Amino acid sequence: MTPLIVVDRVSKRFRPSLSLGEKIAAGLGSPVETRTVHAVDHVSLVIRKGEVLGLVGESGCGKSTLGRVIAGIHPPSEGAARIDGEPIMSDARTPVKATTRIQMIFQDPFASLDPRIRIGETIAEGPIAHGLVSKGKAAAYAGEWLRRVGMPADAAGRFPHQFSGGQRQRIAIARALAMQPDVLICDEPVASLDVSIQAQIVNLFLQLRRELGLTMLFISHDLGVVRHISDRIAVMYLGRIVETGPSAEVYARPRHPYTRALLDSVPKLVTGADEMVTFKPIMGELPSPLSPPPGCHFHLRCPKVQPLCKAEAPTLVGEARAVACHFPLPD
Amino acid sequence: MSAASPVAIFWDEFKESRIAVAALAVVLLIFALALAAPFISPQNPYNLAELSLMDARRPPGFVGSKGYTHWLGTDGQGRDLLSAILYGLRISIQMGVIAGGIAFSLGATLGAFAAFIGGRTEALIMRIIDLQLSFPAILLALVLAAVLGQGKWQLITALVAAQYAYFARTAHGAASSERSKDYVDAALSTPLSTARVVFRHILPNCLPPLIVVATVQVANAIALEATLSFLGLGLPVSEPSLGMLIAHGFQYMLSGRYWISIYPGVALIVLIVAINLVGDQVRDQLNPRLRR
Amino acid sequence: MSAPLLSVRDLRTEFATKAGPIKAVDGVCFDLQAGEILGLVGESGSGKTVTGFSILGLIDPPGRIAGGSVRLEGRELVGLTNAALRDVRGKQIAMVFQDPSATLNPVLSIGAQMKLALDAHGRSSATVARERSVEVLTRVGIPDPAKRLDAYPHQFSGGMRQRVAIAIALLNRPKLIICDEPTTALDVSIQAQILTEMKALARDMGTAMIWISHDLATVSSIASRILVMYAGRIIEEGGVAEVLRAPRHPYTRGLLESLPANATPGQDLMQIPGSTPSLLNLPPGCPFAPRCSYADDLCRTEPPRLTSGSRAVRCHHPLAMEAA
Repeated sequence: MTPLIVVDRVSKRFRPSLSLGEKIAAGLGSPVETRTVHAVDHVSLVIRKGEVLGLVGESGCGKSTLGRVIAGIHPPSEGAARIDGEPIMSDARTPVKATTRIQMIFQDPFASLDPRIRIGETIAEGPIAHGLVSKGKAAAYAGEWLRRVGMPADAAGRFPHQFSGGQRQRIAIARALAMQPDVLICDEPVASLDVSIQAQIVNLFLQLRRELGLTMLFISHDLGVVRHISDRIAVMYLGRIVETGPSAEVYARPRHPYTRALLDSVPKLVTGADEMVTFKPIMGELPSPLSPPPGCHFHLRCPKVQPLCKAEAPTLVGEARAVACHFPLPD
Repeated sequence: MSAASPVAIFWDEFKESRIAVAALAVVLLIFALALAAPFISPQNPYNLAELSLMDARRPPGFVGSKGYTHWLGTDGQGRDLLSAILYGLRISIQMGVIAGGIAFSLGATLGAFAAFIGGRTEALIMRIIDLQLSFPAILLALVLAAVLGQGKWQLITALVAAQYAYFARTAHGAASSERSKDYVDAALSTPLSTARVVFRHILPNCLPPLIVVATVQVANAIALEATLSFLGLGLPVSEPSLGMLIAHGFQYMLSGRYWISIYPGVALIVLIVAINLVGDQVRDQLNPRLRR
Repeated sequence: MSAPLLSVRDLRTEFATKAGPIKAVDGVCFDLQAGEILGLVGESGSGKTVTGFSILGLIDPPGRIAGGSVRLEGRELVGLTNAALRDVRGKQIAMVFQDPSATLNPVLSIGAQMKLALDAHGRSSATVARERSVEVLTRVGIPDPAKRLDAYPHQFSGGMRQRVAIAIALLNRPKLIICDEPTTALDVSIQAQILTEMKALARDMGTAMIWISHDLATVSSIASRILVMYAGRIIEEGGVAEVLRAPRHPYTRGLLESLPANATPGQDLMQIPGSTPSLLNLPPGCPFAPRCSYADDLCRTEPPRLTSGSRAVRCHHPLAMEAA
């Protein structure tokens, strides 16, 4: 399969602007803490045409930021993300998104729909602006996409607050699809939904993927959902990708100690009467992305840490099955 | 769940405050009286032909040479004060609403764009606005009114210049928090143009705090216009606004002819207090921290 | 079996709205033994959180406890004055919330907050308070607790803040801790740590817990008994393993079957159609009937009753015991 999206050594740093007082202090030569957050740190990855790539990691690992860089919301600080060789964002002084082929779905459908705009206009706004549909045909166009995501067409005349969370997420999906994208970036699209609704939305993604041949980046902290929907998986830890590979293999035989620990932390349904529930929790907490540890970012919590891990950051090695670890677990 | 419109819900809550409803009634009554001034006033106070110096400085209840009663007395030129107040209110409200409206559009757009663009542009715009806010509005308005000279549009320019900064500051604050919401990111990932994102998405969501500022600022504009007129920097003498009526009556205060200043002053105070009371209730209702 | 620590009978909590009263909790009954961890599972609007709040009397207008009884060691809590309830809260029953930053005061050091929590139920000297605080902080796994007493909430990570909130709940040695989605906002690796520690707490100190969550897997890994709620009512009750292995209510079974863990990757998940009902206009019969594939006319007209016993179900057509 050909790579559709290539992410080439992308970094994204956020630097909160210094206050005037801090600038003066810095000008006078006093050491001012530069609070640069390395949200994404030299990440390279490809998404192949027609596949679903799952991106998993804990909060603060940079998965959401990476998703927004690929979706053309944030320009990368370094490196570039391309679709079919074309850059996703223009390289002007203030970069703007240069393609409509990638669309995004957000975690919280209560926040991602403009509360003051009717559903029909929300869906048709982008297609009209980009000439995908004429103003006269926009209402029918929006209605058609509402139907495809399982919403009644009369929803178009209503406002977001008149819908439940699951319905709003369907509307957000319709808005993204109405731009006729090749790629969907889904950032935790089921995390804020009720359990009984999550399955409905996961099924909707599966169905749309079959019908439209979509390529997807599916970002989630829920390892169960990611496994269900993804062909391939990338595991992120503190701004870096630590492991990638086909879902079944990564879940069955994780090679990075972090992936292993993450899988062991997931609570499982207990159905045996005398089954003992034991976790092997990862020790400690996620270090601050303001001052990530040197070497391998995971070495502070790793059960198999060696002196080398503290000195040198491992690179992601391997083709189909890659791991960034000096001492990977046996395959 | 009922699908009541946001406006209907707002009105339901608004009705719960009797003071606010009464204040709103007063505001609407004054606006209606001011609008209808040409039809309900006993005389046209701007038409010099209708004035008679014979009737000047007469106390309330005096029956003038034209044969009707001057319920609130007359001023130094023999104007019927009731008519002068109604016409004065008309001018004051006109000035307040036009100046407030222009300051609203200008300030809100500037503040929202600054918040959206960010970086140095934002810093520059907001520092200028902060600088301006550190001066009293009256000072700036005085200087501008003195430089620009007399006339309706000169006065409006002075009022707008003194007031847009409040709207810009408020819009900037609200837009900065809207900027970080996902629906803006969704618009950016579509992508939609900057103008569209700001005007169609961010600004409409900044409206609640701006409406609160607008009510207060319309009242302030009216007061500011009265102040400038009182100081002689307002409209031409031929079209007295409330401030000028008060100024003219001032010289007669000590001679016991209180009505020339007091009645226009009362009208001004009632209008400003009523607008502020309505504004208070709107603010309470739109402020999420005070919501139950 | 000894007398239960907590006994809830026919608890009903209503919220007045313009469109009429909402029955957020509608006739909830259960017993809780000392040291037992009870899982309370449901989706948003199921009444699980309101049940927890009602036990503590933390219902503010327009809400009210419309009836029923909550007995802690035989003492009736419903109808107690606020002052009396305050004494129960924190001392005998403590609560841990989903968002620890909402319960911790940002301008007071952790130590000061713990001293206040102790003083609320009888003053103790600064030294004693400090010792007790260090003891509970150690218990919940805060490293270097004596030093951390002087730190402020913002100096802790989300997971550590939740540990501090749990430590404060433990201060007065409560007999019962009500945990409302305490790990929902946390990462899985931190959740695993806290689940492990809470289990050990219940075991070592005999503290009973009500663990409120929407996540069946989390509940199954900590609780021994489970209550499933839907539309303000308990619809199924039993031992965790029994309920999860052989659910008897179609809703419970639907929830379990919709989990990706129980499906082949890439295949459609089993799904419960429709969405959770509005509590304002519940159907006359079983509230789940509109979404249930087994529903018949009886279900649509007659609300089912909860069967009695420790393995209970509220359904006209419960699934067979040996199902699944």
